[in-house]
Amino acid sequence: MADLARIYVHLVGARIRSQLEYRLSAAFQLVGTALLTALDFAAIAAIFANVDQLGDWSIREVALLYALATISFALTDLVVGHLDLLPQMIREGTLDGILVRPLPSLFQLVAADFAIRRVGKALQGVGVLIFALVTVDIDWSVGRVLAIPLAIAAGAVIYAAVWVSLATIAFWIVDAIEVVNAFTYGGSFLSQYPIGIFARWLRGLVVFVVPIAFVAYFPALYLLDKDDALGLPRAFSFVSPLVACLAAIAATAIWRNAVRHYRSAGG
Amino acid sequence: MRLHFELARRGYRRYAAYPGATYAGLFTNVFFGFLIAYILLAVYDERDVIGGYDVRDAIAYVWISQGLLSVAAIFGPSWYELARRVQTGDVATDLQRPLDVQRAELAQDVGRACYQLLWRAAPQFLLGALVFEITIPDEVARWLLFTISVALAVVVSFGVRLLVNLSAFWLLDYRGQLLLALALSQLLSGATIPLAFFPGALDTIARLTPFASMLQAPVDVYVGQPLGGSTLAVLALQGGWAVALYAAGGLVLSAGTRKLVLQGG
Repeated sequence: MADLARIYVHLVGARIRSQLEYRLSAAFQLVGTALLTALDFAAIAAIFANVDQLGDWSIREVALLYALATISFALTDLVVGHLDLLPQMIREGTLDGILVRPLPSLFQLVAADFAIRRVGKALQGVGVLIFALVTVDIDWSVGRVLAIPLAIAAGAVIYAAVWVSLATIAFWIVDAIEVVNAFTYGGSFLSQYPIGIFARWLRGLVVFVVPIAFVAYFPALYLLDKDDALGLPRAFSFVSPLVACLAAIAATAIWRNAVRHYRSAGG
Repeated sequence: MRLHFELARRGYRRYAAYPGATYAGLFTNVFFGFLIAYILLAVYDERDVIGGYDVRDAIAYVWISQGLLSVAAIFGPSWYELARRVQTGDVATDLQRPLDVQRAELAQDVGRACYQLLWRAAPQFLLGALVFEITIPDEVARWLLFTISVALAVVVSFGVRLLVNLSAFWLLDYRGQLLLALALSQLLSGATIPLAFFPGALDTIARLTPFASMLQAPVDVYVGQPLGGSTLAVLALQGGWAVALYAAGGLVLSAGTRKLVLQGG
């Protein structure tokens, strides 16, 4: 484990240095990414320019939800976002090179890149988080202070687990990357809004099947001392870390099973 | 003309070759369509009309705009395919062929748009219309104007994308300007939220940009809420952008060709 961590730091360090060779381009991309992400919040702001409430949530409360979801997703994107390249590696057969090396395959894929521009996403989320924390009414306690970093970390793990699990579809259907996008990017978009406004089937899906409701929505209910619109028990607000652990275990198992089905393009 | 028809067919078949990708893309469009539709339904719980759009117009916007995302290529590889060829030097092959590069690219893009219209936009629009209550115009004339508007949207989008691609002649690492262009396209085309939701003058300013001509304009024509109240004026604006961007693209292409340095010669 310590070995893997050392190798990870080494590989990712090299990736970061190589991107910093082109400083202006890296800076452009970081700002561009921050702006592109800010658009999601601009959409929320445009909505609240017309209405005061969205399913009983004020703009400040939605901002908190948005910030938690965005920071978690940015961390996930930073660490595993390049799994989007998996279909290409399978098509071209370059995954072979990874499978013959004496390191876990998922680890190698994850360590293969670290796109600095994605930090822009997180920075934008932190900006909104500060806005939310300053303006929203929270009944502060030790639990609530701890809940923020814990929710962000658990949320990032949940997103990563969803991403890894779905990316394995590529082992069977190589050009289905957009289905994965529906749940990764779509999931991140969805978790920026209070789940209560969505239809029943969709709420069921994100609570019980693809557990992205635990990324921001349930932790935000706890922070804001709100009840779930569906009437789910209060305990759901505390279980995000547990859900994250279970999701991570499930994702690793799914990945191991999927890799066994890999047939190289080279025959 | 025959040549360009053949090129358009190749553009169509290039996308038709990967039906799996089409189904996957359709799935994503439909999924996002549902998300945005539910968000807008929650918004319209609080208000009856926003910027001229009632709830049925707004849900029609969702399913048309999700379709136009692919037809008018609001994002996607066509924003950087040519730029990548400039970066690698492959563009030299394109320039050596005895045909007008810009016209040939446009023909292939029209083929691409036709494919997306038939296999992505149309099915998911029908699905949206079945599941939700949406505005369906009953005059034939409006459907005709809508069709013209969609066609113009594709040409405007082509013009914008070509300019972004050609910027690689001057800035070899095109990713920075690409991201900025995509951000603008996403926001100002109305792809995230109807431009009618923008407060005050921001709405009008956004709708005058070429980006709005790529997506919001056809939707406005469809629901009968054109900028300034005149559908013909909106079509004229789209046509103006289409011609201006095409002309600019031609100038930039010839300037870029003159300064092209092939790496590795």
